Amino acid sequence: MNTSYIEIRNLSKKYTVKDNSVEALKGVSLTIPKNEIFGVIGLSGAGKSTLVRCINLLEKPDDGEVIIDGQNLLELSKQELRLKRQKIGMIFQHFNLLEQQTVLENVCFPLEIRRVPKAERKKKALEFLEKVGLADKANAYPSQLSGGQKQRVAIARVLTNEPEVLLCDEATSALDPETTKNILNLLKHIHDTMGITIVIITHEMRVIKEICTQVAVLDNGVVQECGSVKDVFENPQSKSAKRLLLIGETEEANYVG
Amino acid sequence: MLDKEMVKMLFEGVRDTCYMTLVSTFFGYLIGLPLGIFLTLTDKDGLTPNKAIYSLLDVIINITRSVPFLILLIVVMPLTKAIVGKSYGSTATIVPLTIAAAPLIGRMVESSLKDVGKGVIEAAVSMGAKTGTIVRKVLIGEARTSLLTGVAIVLGTVLGYSAMAGVVGGGGLGDIAIRYGYYRYETGIMLITLVFIIAVVQVMQGIGSFVAKKFDHRSK
Repeated sequence: MNTSYIEIRNLSKKYTVKDNSVEALKGVSLTIPKNEIFGVIGLSGAGKSTLVRCINLLEKPDDGEVIIDGQNLLELSKQELRLKRQKIGMIFQHFNLLEQQTVLENVCFPLEIRRVPKAERKKKALEFLEKVGLADKANAYPSQLSGGQKQRVAIARVLTNEPEVLLCDEATSALDPETTKNILNLLKHIHDTMGITIVIITHEMRVIKEICTQVAVLDNGVVQECGSVKDVFENPQSKSAKRLLLIGETEEANYVG
Repeated sequence: MLDKEMVKMLFEGVRDTCYMTLVSTFFGYLIGLPLGIFLTLTDKDGLTPNKAIYSLLDVIINITRSVPFLILLIVVMPLTKAIVGKSYGSTATIVPLTIAAAPLIGRMVESSLKDVGKGVIEAAVSMGAKTGTIVRKVLIGEARTSLLTGVAIVLGTVLGYSAMAGVVGGGGLGDIAIRYGYYRYETGIMLITLVFIIAVVQVMQGIGSFVAKKFDHRSK
């Protein structure tokens, strides 16, 4: 019933720092269906951040293809890529808000990039701030907000472009468990109401459990296992998945205890 | 010692010094700001890395910055004459001052812009922003406190240079200090002039810091 939406084919990326070269991705292929909340889990150094950054080409892969909605991103001109990126939202671990701008100005920024008229910008930005429950903070500066609030602003900012894809690069990793849960609920709500394909990169099992429908386990630059969250969690096949599950359980036990 | 003539001269000195400093700094930024932006963009971690352009600008800046101001003042005299029509007086001094200020400003701007977090720049790229928009809204917008602090530092430095121009009849407070203190051994006048110079620097630095702080919305 689902058609493939994001198609990643044989993606490779190598970093060279001085004489050391690290292969972050070794031929990763993934198919992400439309309207899915797709999780990519892995320990730090597994290559998951590189993977998500290759999806909107913040990072240029050495080899492979990234196809979104039938368009190979690597074949786009600079201008076409810019326009395509406006439809691929991204939120980050450290929120990346403009510190010198108010919350409202931050949310207006993507609209400014698209040259939306000023009055309309403001109206739309307020509408999305309302959606994330921060309309009353419109004139505050990011430094006056908590981490969870900052991420909400970042989410409102990304939504103003009405993206088709939302990439989340460790978006809850800097937040406490309670706030994480709130942000995940918000993402789920956005997914359900706006019909956005969401890709979540995380090292935390509970994030996947909470909202993802499908998951890929990344380790050592290779996809070790991929399937529905239920299957992978109940019956892990790869060593990496088993190890991640074990770490996840210990973490959970720690929260309770 | 301090007759009416003298007071008038000192105030004219202050006026000329401020005129030279402010105008040269303004022209300096016309050249130095784009210079700093290009340095930031073309550096290897920049948005549009370009080794050739970066190295070229880098070398030009290093060369101009290595020339002592007093020498620069003399070297560019033909140019000054061609632009202003004469090689002495405060308007003429603006030419070498601008040439000395521009590379300094380029470096200051470069260092301010490079302090902007990579994350915010990346966020703007991921939104499909043009490089021009990123420069304007993200680089300059986020670095504004540091840029304004830079302006205050540049003003102080340019004012110091302008005083040196007094040696070749550059006008302003430096000129007075050298004429009276050095050539006529009137230490009193020289010290008074010095107090005026310090006062001007203080006021400029004070305004600069105040404005920089006022426009800073980052966490305190």
